[in-house]
Amino acid sequence: MSSVECKVVIGLEIHVQLLTKTKMFCGCALEFAGEPNSRVCPVCLGLPGSLPVMNRKAFELSVMAGLALNCKIANFTKWDRKSYYYPDLPKNYQISQYDLPFSEHGFIEIPVNSGDAKRIRITRAHLEEDAGKNVHTAGNFSQVDLNRAGTPLLEIVTEPDMNSGSEVRALAIELQRIVQYLGVSEASMQKGQMRFEPNVNLHIIKDGKEYKTPITEVKNLNSFRALEESVNYEHSRQLEEFLATGKTMEMGNKSTRGWDADRGVTVLQREKEEAHDYRYFPDPDLLPVKLTDEWIEDMRSKLCELPLQKQFRYVKEFKLSEYDAGVLTAERAVAELFEGAVEQGGEPKRVCNIISQAGLKLANEAGRSMAELNIDAEGVAAIAKMVEANEINAGAAGAILAEMTKTDKSAKAIAEELNLIQKSDASELEGLVDAVIAENPQAVDDVKSGGKKSKAARGFLMGKVMQKAKGQANPKIVSQILAKKFG
Amino acid sequence: MAQKIDIDQVRKVANLSRLDLSSEQLTEFAGQLSSILEYVEKMNELDTDGVEPLAHCLEVSNCFREDIAKESLGTDKTLSNAPEQDGQFFIVPKILDESNAS
Ligand SMILES: [Zn+2]
Repeated sequence: MSSVECKVVIGLEIHVQLLTKTKMFCGCALEFAGEPNSRVCPVCLGLPGSLPVMNRKAFELSVMAGLALNCKIANFTKWDRKSYYYPDLPKNYQISQYDLPFSEHGFIEIPVNSGDAKRIRITRAHLEEDAGKNVHTAGNFSQVDLNRAGTPLLEIVTEPDMNSGSEVRALAIELQRIVQYLGVSEASMQKGQMRFEPNVNLHIIKDGKEYKTPITEVKNLNSFRALEESVNYEHSRQLEEFLATGKTMEMGNKSTRGWDADRGVTVLQREKEEAHDYRYFPDPDLLPVKLTDEWIEDMRSKLCELPLQKQFRYVKEFKLSEYDAGVLTAERAVAELFEGAVEQGGEPKRVCNIISQAGLKLANEAGRSMAELNIDAEGVAAIAKMVEANEINAGAAGAILAEMTKTDKSAKAIAEELNLIQKSDASELEGLVDAVIAENPQAVDDVKSGGKKSKAARGFLMGKVMQKAKGQANPKIVSQILAKKFG
Repeated sequence: MAQKIDIDQVRKVANLSRLDLSSEQLTEFAGQLSSILEYVEKMNELDTDGVEPLAHCLEVSNCFREDIAKESLGTDKTLSNAPEQDGQFFIVPKILDESNAS
């Protein structure tokens, strides 16, 4: 038996659609779906004589993303033409950035097991335009829709620093959080606003000698799950192939494989006969961009605390669990609601529970994000304080929150209206306890006799009191009164 | 003197540009392209030490437009010059897309 050690090595190529109203070099509106070929103009159609002009917003959003990814932002950047022929590319070239991308040499930190962060290097991030869409029909022809042509894309390339499917998934989720926090992209994978293409191979040590398997690039990944599973699949497939054939990187070209989600496998895609030869050259239609340090600093000032930093801070500062901190920082609006409520005096764990349980449930039911629910930090803080003060029970928080989405009334007013204020007046509650004791002599005897039955009987009496109070008795005080009665 | 560009290179470039050239044309363009390259090669005689590469011939930079939508052409106009269309899409010969091959 020979010994085989195997490490999977993954780098990612990521395309992120920028959150602009219009395309990158023309004023055509960007809208998901829409009548085919309706959002097209001479520029994105590549008609002779038309001239592209760069969208300032798209450029600034990209620079913000570059800064958030700790990249060095270039003071000078330019546009290049990447030539290839395909029906969805009307100009027969794509405007991209080749040798002078606007940003390089950054890193992103991703959460790995139990609160640690792993640093993944970013090779570069550059801007480019998207192509149109081919619709494949059953007949002997294809349909082309150019609505998407010219959509601004941020392409991010990482170093091969990931070593498992779960790390790749973690990076994808982290990047999605970052660009969503910054308003750089909606980053919905379902809508194709974020596309991941992992490059996977194995470093194998067999009998003391190191081998590298040929790199495969995986396409057609439209969910985080597909991304993770495809990497895991490639890990085992490449190991099997290596053990059977001994094929290494030096012997074989890079190949492209498509993910088949139904079967859970990657499938070799047709290889073009000629190697890609994109014949890049500077685009004479577009002027270069000079970035002053002031401009870069201005964009840096628009950044916010990044989600992973927030997540780690919540654990440290508010003593929340990793899980809770992750839930609260998944969306910027949720994190801001949490922080706002804590600032206004809500106890962090209490506020966390109200938001992560009642709040997110409401959002789910409404099919909306928390930000769209008309819940403000002041209201959440008020609910948290009422629970802390035993004015309402924890279960009532959800009902008040739900009502808040419909009205602008205060938490207190809603609690009163819904009869959720707990009775804490000891003398009033004592009357109820006395009545219950009088009505339930058997249970009273059981409590007094001690032993096994005593605890159950005490719970039974407690329940009866709550029933009489229509659930609005403060359980703490009721149990104090019961204790006083029975010693 | 050997040509700067041989026939195989012309064939390759033509193929990348989806041009179907006859063998006479291949010979003709190999000659033409070679003489263009020879002419451009004269530039190498210039002393460019300490000269920044030129990204654009205009001394202008930072030309932007604001992110404001303008009216697009609409489907009818967009398709009006297409050799083939179906009222909604451009129609092209069937694409054997790598991403859909299995
Ligand atoms: Zn356009």
